[in-house]
Amino acid sequence: MSDIFRFDPLTLPPECDALRGEVRGFIAEERASGRWRGESDFASSHSPDFSGRLGARGWIGMTWPKKYGGRERSFLERYVVTEELLAAGAPVGAHWVADRQSGPLILRFGNDSQRQDILPRITRGECFFCIGMSEPDSGSDLASIRTKAVPVEGGWELNGRKIWTSNAHKAHFMICLCRTESVDAGDRHKGLSQLIVDLKSPGISIRPIKNLAGAEHFNEVLFESVFVPGDRMIGQPGDGWKQVTSELGYERSGPERFLSSFRLVVEFMRRIGTSPDPRDAEAIGRVLAHLATLRRMSLSVAGMLQKGETVNLEAAVVKDLGTNLEKEIPEIIRLVARRGRSPNHSDMMEEALAYTVLNAPSFTIRGGTREILRGIVARGLGLR
Amino acid sequence: MSDSLVQEVAGKLFADLVPPKLVNDAEAGDFPAALWQAVNDAGFPDALAAAETPGSLAGVPDAAAILREAGRHAAPLPLAETMLARWLLAGAGITAPDAPLTIAPAERAGGLLLHRAGKGWRLAGRAAGLPWGKQSSGIVAIVDGRVALLAPKAADLRPGRSLAGEPRDDLSVDAEVEVKPAAAGVDAALVYRLGALSRAVMMAGALEAVLVLTVQYANDRVQFGRPIGKFQAIQQQLALLAENVAAAGVVASAAVEAASGQGDLAFAVAVAKARVGEAAGKVAEIAHQVHGAIGFTHEHRLHHLTRRLWSWRDEFGVESEWQQELGRLAAARGADGLWPLLTGW
Repeated sequence: MSDIFRFDPLTLPPECDALRGEVRGFIAEERASGRWRGESDFASSHSPDFSGRLGARGWIGMTWPKKYGGRERSFLERYVVTEELLAAGAPVGAHWVADRQSGPLILRFGNDSQRQDILPRITRGECFFCIGMSEPDSGSDLASIRTKAVPVEGGWELNGRKIWTSNAHKAHFMICLCRTESVDAGDRHKGLSQLIVDLKSPGISIRPIKNLAGAEHFNEVLFESVFVPGDRMIGQPGDGWKQVTSELGYERSGPERFLSSFRLVVEFMRRIGTSPDPRDAEAIGRVLAHLATLRRMSLSVAGMLQKGETVNLEAAVVKDLGTNLEKEIPEIIRLVARRGRSPNHSDMMEEALAYTVLNAPSFTIRGGTREILRGIVARGLGLR
Repeated sequence: MSDSLVQEVAGKLFADLVPPKLVNDAEAGDFPAALWQAVNDAGFPDALAAAETPGSLAGVPDAAAILREAGRHAAPLPLAETMLARWLLAGAGITAPDAPLTIAPAERAGGLLLHRAGKGWRLAGRAAGLPWGKQSSGIVAIVDGRVALLAPKAADLRPGRSLAGEPRDDLSVDAEVEVKPAAAGVDAALVYRLGALSRAVMMAGALEAVLVLTVQYANDRVQFGRPIGKFQAIQQQLALLAENVAAAGVVASAAVEAASGQGDLAFAVAVAKARVGEAAGKVAEIAHQVHGAIGFTHEHRLHHLTRRLWSWRDEFGVESEWQQELGRLAAARGADGLWPLLTGW
């Protein structure tokens, strides 16, 4: 069995403790100033001001080389900063995608002019990204996308449509997965490329889509003969699929995959006080046992990523278990919290419960659906 | 020996010496004396007591590595109990009988009392579900920081069996016993926690075996012209099974690490017993569903593992008991103490 999955135990190095203290100090200052009081769901917030303050601390793109504005800290140190911010409900949404995904992608596969132009701005918390993957007819089946870029003088002309693009209306750039060659029936993953698209370019229209909770996070993005300069191609044309799938370990195993409902747990504990009745204690304990386990698993994956190992399978395990827990937390807490509740009750816990129940459907869809993840795990088991 | 070497040696021994027939015979009442002899010769029951400092938990990683393998192979022996009993006796300076032993009480609220009788001590009271009581050569009780060694013959043992067919006897006693103070820091609560840890680790091993058996079956069993493991409905369930096995393995190992002195033992054991117990139920359910009717037969060996999972998850505290303990422990630190608790164990 141990040869199917690997979850090496990890002890965080001492420098992580000092850093954790610094981050907690920063969060305490931020809270004292009353600037925010947020959800622990990374997708719930968008605060360029906060991103700027975080950038000033050196906590965006903190693993990147210093010449690109990074601090050359370890991946584990980044993990500590991220988990502290999420647990506190800090408004990380504006820089989230750029820090976690787009920046590392550009650093790894981009050219030097892209790196020099974009990465320092990301680290200052001034430059935000969105991910252009899904299309109206392409969700889990990503290779079926139809947005197309054709070569023109000096670059590419982009036509097509992206959907469910979180924060496209507030981001500066999109990394757009598109076809640069027509479909090869023998290998659907061929001919896909990634372009850095400036969202202020002529020919782009962005339409926010209201979600069931009434918020406008995601969007439909239409490209009509949009010109993208040739030096905005990431890697070589045709490398898109390889690049997209190479970073899944980072995207799927982080603390954002089990902490989205954390604020609800904290607010519920605030309500029940320090001497809870047995049912309340049991509910908290059940959630806590899962959270403690998932954090161990997630940290273990972070440690293996730090060592440069491939962890796509383990990351899928963490994301499936973690996002299931995120959805189960409101179900566990509502059963105990709803007992004897007065109809006009309104407090922070009620707010957090409402937010979590309404947003829970997205937890097991975004970033790879539960079914896709379980397919990856089944492949790891040798079943497909 | 390193933990992984211990695990390898134990794994090989159990794989060679625990065929399904031996498990069936043990469940029918035949104590596997030859297996015990081999396990004893390998020094497994002394894994915990081997530490030089009385009451030290330095032997926990080795003991856990052995118990994980015992669980994986459904070895029907009082191994965890003898480990704990010999560790208690060694810590108290009482010579341990060279035979299978058990510990009392195996419940949180013990019904046993020690009282002075002349120059000696008497142990009196009741304890339910004593593991392997009648098949042991000594019952080691821990009461009020004192360790007592009781001969089973001096007690009234009403035989019972767990869901896995392992002996779980009800003890009633009023007898003279040998008593010494337990090693510093050792009390009934710690022994109960170590009992819970033993079950978490044994379950982690059994869960890994269930995963291997079930994936193998899904690859072998053909329906509608292909192995059932090729069907997405089965794949999705097996993925969920595997994820729970992975979680159980990680958290059991984390608790072992914490118990051997590198963390918060009380927190880690509560987390592990609660989480592994939950995994046990889910995994057993899916494994049986995938195996279909054959897995429900006595002939198939799946039930050697799943009945142990159902039995062990209830022993030394059902999930809800540990969840409540965790919840109380967390609540006492206040809402804003939750995150430091999660990051600090």
